[in-house]
Amino acid sequence: MTPGNPGHLPARRSYREATARRRLAGILDPGSFTELLGPSERVTSPHLAGLGLAVAFDDGVVVGRGLLGGRVVLAASQEGGFMGGAVGEVHGAKLVGLLRRAERERPAGVLLLLDSGGVRLQEANAGLVAVSEIMRALLGARAAGVPVVGLIGGGWGCFGGMGIVARCCDALAMSEEGRLGISGPDVIEATKGVEELDAADRALVWRTYGGKHRYLLGEADLLVEDDLAAFRDAAAALLASPRSLDEGALAREHERLARRLADFGGCTDAADVWRAAAVPDPDRLPLLDADAFRRAVAAARGEEP
Amino acid sequence: MERLAFELESAGPPAPRAPPVVVGVVASGNLEVLVEPGDLAGRCRVEVATSANGFAEIWDAVLRDFAARNAVAGLALSVNDAGATPAVVSLRLDQAVEEYLGQRP
Repeated sequence: MTPGNPGHLPARRSYREATARRRLAGILDPGSFTELLGPSERVTSPHLAGLGLAVAFDDGVVVGRGLLGGRVVLAASQEGGFMGGAVGEVHGAKLVGLLRRAERERPAGVLLLLDSGGVRLQEANAGLVAVSEIMRALLGARAAGVPVVGLIGGGWGCFGGMGIVARCCDALAMSEEGRLGISGPDVIEATKGVEELDAADRALVWRTYGGKHRYLLGEADLLVEDDLAAFRDAAAALLASPRSLDEGALAREHERLARRLADFGGCTDAADVWRAAAVPDPDRLPLLDADAFRRAVAAARGEEP
Repeated sequence: MERLAFELESAGPPAPRAPPVVVGVVASGNLEVLVEPGDLAGRCRVEVATSANGFAEIWDAVLRDFAARNAVAGLALSVNDAGATPAVVSLRLDQAVEEYLGQRP
């Protein structure tokens, strides 16, 4: 709020509200994006057509090449509006192809704008195979020295196999609105009962899966506002700091996860984790904007914000 | 799933050739429209794949109105529809042609 101008908010272009194509246009240098296998190619899902379901000309993912701050990157953007961004055979093959191309061409990095409920149930077997191929190709690109950065801020979050793909990246940037997990809230409620997780309780769902909790747990590297420019800056910053993929790095990550389990394994709610992590005033965390939240977490960790 | 094809009369000069444009998303109550240069002189070809069966007459009316509003001769439009209402279809068609014609050469 600006004094003397009540109700004024800084101009912001929502990442969450944008389509997959508009997200790419807002993240990459203006006019720099060239799509590979674009809609005119009409490479659509044969499985959906066989079931008499509507197809999309890009099968729900836009892939191509562009510039980020003048440096060549390959990028993919999943369209959550089409079948929840779910991964079918064609959708998955486009992601695999992009990552393999990165391994060959060695761009400055790969950006994955993730917005997906996981595998597309209508083509489940092909989708499952695709997800494992995506992981293989992603790690291949990283092993070749190409950093892969994931951005999560869409309405469908990042779940199932794509949740695992996300954590195979060098780094992730999330907004509070973005969510990351394996089994989503509805799946847990359906299999374990409403006492385990009430999927209709939006506050519970977002404090469990949302960007703030993932940042506090060390799964998201940057927490940003729901803003295209903020995601763009985050992508540029994260591409500049790739993570080592050697055996030592993996051993350190396993140690970190073991410590995390020891510290927080007894917690039954995200708010308990925040309390155990000694974040001041934990019940207020969901109300803070991204800047104030990062400062609060930095103070609890004894870091410079 | 129903597939419909139309060839629309459209007054005005033929639309220029430009790179293809896609707008909209195949989400419930929504549609995507792909605009490309077509092969019919003086007419606009439209191919529709829709998940709502039995609405050919409505599509015909909506598309005729669209071709009367816009100079779309020489264009080819391809539509994937997931049950959008006629009003949404009209807006999306107008948006698609506006973006196609608005591209810098």
